[in-house]
Amino acid sequence: MKHTISVLLQNKPGVLSRVTGLFSGRGFNIESLSVAQTLEPDVSCLTLVTSGEDTIIEQITKQLHKLIDVIKVTDMCEHDNVEREMALIRVKAEAHTRAEVLRIIDIFRGKVIDVGPKSYVVEVTGKASKLQAVIDILRPIGIQEIVRSGTIAMTRAQKS
Amino acid sequence: MKLTGAQAFIKCLEEHGVEVIFGYPGGALIDVYDELMKNDKVHHVLTRHEQAAVHAADAYGRVKGEVGVALVTSGPGATNAVTGIASAYMDSIPLVVFTGQVPTKLIGNDAFQEVDIVGITRPITKHNYLVKDAEELVPIIREAFHLAKTGRPGPVLVDLPKDVLATRITYPEVKPITMRTYKPTYEPHPGQVEKACQAMLKAKKPVIYAGGGVILSNSNEELTELARRLDCPVTMTLMGLGGFPGTDPLSMGMLGMHGTYYANMAVANCDLLIAVGARFDDRVTGRVDAFAPHAEIIHIDVDPSSISKNVRVDIPIVADCKHALVAINAWFARSKDFNAKECAEKHRSWHEQIREWKNKHPLGYVEETDIIKPQFVIQKLHELTGGDAIITTEVGQHQMWTAQFYHFNKPRQWATSGGLGVMGYGFPAAIGAQMAAPDKVVIDIAGDGSIQMNIQELATCRQEKLPVKVAILNNGYLGMVRQWQELFYNKQYSSTVMEVAPDFVKVAEAYGAVGLRATKPSEVEPVIREALKINNTVFMDFVIAREEGVYPMVPAGKATTEMLLV
Ligand SMILES: Cc1cc2nc3c(=O)[nH]c(=O)nc-3n(C[C@H](O)[C@H](O)[C@H](O)COP(=O)(O)OP(=O)(O)OC[C@H]3O[C@@H](n4cnc5c(N)ncnc54)[C@H](O)[C@@H]3O)c2cc1C
Ligand SMILES: Cc1ncc(C[n+]2csc(CCOP(=O)(O)OP(=O)(O)O)c2C)c(N)n1
Ligand SMILES: [Mg+2]
Repeated sequence: MKHTISVLLQNKPGVLSRVTGLFSGRGFNIESLSVAQTLEPDVSCLTLVTSGEDTIIEQITKQLHKLIDVIKVTDMCEHDNVEREMALIRVKAEAHTRAEVLRIIDIFRGKVIDVGPKSYVVEVTGKASKLQAVIDILRPIGIQEIVRSGTIAMTRAQKS
Repeated sequence: MKLTGAQAFIKCLEEHGVEVIFGYPGGALIDVYDELMKNDKVHHVLTRHEQAAVHAADAYGRVKGEVGVALVTSGPGATNAVTGIASAYMDSIPLVVFTGQVPTKLIGNDAFQEVDIVGITRPITKHNYLVKDAEELVPIIREAFHLAKTGRPGPVLVDLPKDVLATRITYPEVKPITMRTYKPTYEPHPGQVEKACQAMLKAKKPVIYAGGGVILSNSNEELTELARRLDCPVTMTLMGLGGFPGTDPLSMGMLGMHGTYYANMAVANCDLLIAVGARFDDRVTGRVDAFAPHAEIIHIDVDPSSISKNVRVDIPIVADCKHALVAINAWFARSKDFNAKECAEKHRSWHEQIREWKNKHPLGYVEETDIIKPQFVIQKLHELTGGDAIITTEVGQHQMWTAQFYHFNKPRQWATSGGLGVMGYGFPAAIGAQMAAPDKVVIDIAGDGSIQMNIQELATCRQEKLPVKVAILNNGYLGMVRQWQELFYNKQYSSTVMEVAPDFVKVAEAYGAVGLRATKPSEVEPVIREALKINNTVFMDFVIAREEGVYPMVPAGKATTEMLLV
């Protein structure tokens, strides 16, 4: 099963390679990864998506915890959370398809962020499944290039 | 008053009570060596190879129960240290390794004798540091010592650029160490202790499985108290030997691949397995689904990632062994439901069963009159040292025979490379052990292959005037590998025959040490007696039965009950 794991790290040199080295050294897989600063400038948040049986996920979280520079590890699947990913898609946009591309993008609440003579660059954010849906629909029109970010996630506010 | 980085470095070693360090100089470290020569509190042992320096520091730490310290130069000095660091990491040994580094402004430039040792050792250290700013030097060294010895111990590496060692700084005041991200759990959860004790109360066929964590946490007495109180048989891992007296009637010796028949049978049939500071290594479990299949499992370990890593555990206790055992012993001391007599009664048929297994397949070997059996040499060493020597080993058959036949009664009298299994560990380890315990008899039990991996340390022994004894069990083979070839590869002894070997007696003599040789069983005792009398380094070359095997043996991937026996 897929798990999104959020890791708060001390922002020190080499800390990212401690995390990725742990994954490669122990044969855990990383499907996506994103890192950036948090509100505290010396703390970074790393979000990674991985998959494996429960025993593997348990080892992943324990091993991450063991890294000296790691402050906190949260398996987002154990919490009610929101997750987002972003994709930039360069799609063919010629006279007869422009309108259709715009309509599709509109339905998915995407944006055209660059316009060329024969193509658009489109920005879409959402869950991985939504991005996949956009890509599947645009593909017959002609996708020239895709760049996707890693997932980022945040827990929802407590209800009570 | 301002100090240079090199002066502050030494002052910081003194602050941590370091009396002995093991190392090898080089350009990047000249500033430190210059200061070491002026200092009379920190004694530097010059080994003849950086790997040896790290192994020596490792064993020094094991024997003293302190953090070992090694110091090696940049580039090749640092890479030579890697094997030693990896071995200490696998065995959770507290160690701080300092490496020289090129000046900060050259880092990343492929400078002369530059390697990214922090990158190289990331997966084999508990943590590591590159000191980029001289002001950080002392705080980092303090953190390094703190990390090395607390929680699950391990090696920590500190990389010291040459300019940092030359920069003048004000020596910072000693402050308690606070690390936001590092707080090991020492105290057991009372609820888990309660559950564990209830399980112990109920068990009819319990076994204690004690590991290196018992030694590391100095909890052998607490463990012994628990075992005796519960009248519970004890088996130990290779790393746990000495954690419980090996000659005690409750001891079943070592378990696992080369463990005793009865220890493995007891684990396979027990209804409660009490794992204390042990990590369910594959050499111990064999096929995991057949390991303790009928047992409820309690696991005490300070490292949460050890728990349920290889084998599902029913009652985990994340804690220091000592704290947990104290809590468990206290529980039994106040429990009204516990009655020692009843408990012994309840376990009686279990003990009978174990005795039956033991009588059926005791630990043993076929004795011979005209050829020296390796096990016989170990028995004699045990007898003539009163079981009180500090023993180190290399890696191979001789290591397993030592584990089986030198019945360790005390902790910290045993140093072997268990997890990484490094040939070449034992001789430098004996140097470290002798430095830690100058008045003890220290013996490296070696193979003829392994001893050649760090034989140059004869010079170190001589320079430090160490009366280290080396007992070479000389079978003319890389015996452990040969045994696998014999059993599983049609006796194709590919590259395991030592076709060329030195005369070990002459090698010893060339260094000004003493060499002795035994070729017949009747010569074994006189040679050992003679060696123990000599106040010098001695090589004892025992020419042993060449194709003797280590038994019992659990073939790799088999259940521990599927043992090949003598
Ligand atoms: C040729 C060869 C053959 C071998 N055959 C065998 C064999 O037959 N049987 C065998 O047992 N081994 C054998 N070994 C050794 C084996 O590879 C492992 O090194 C060994 O089994 C591990 O011992 P351990 O489980 O006690 O763990 P260790 O490596 O000693 O680890 C200690 C454990 O205790 C924990 N710990 C540390 N400090 C504390 C503390 N303060 N409080 C609580 N917990 C703590 C750690 O987190 C860790 O889980 C062999 C090795 C070689 C080279
Ligand atoms: C550095 C290193 N290289 C290779 C091995 C693999 N290996 C394990 S035991 C062994 C044979 C050791 O031979 P020897 O020292 O003569 O001991 P014996 O088994 O004959 O007692 C070898 C080659 C190892 N453990 N360490
Ligand atoms: Mg040999």
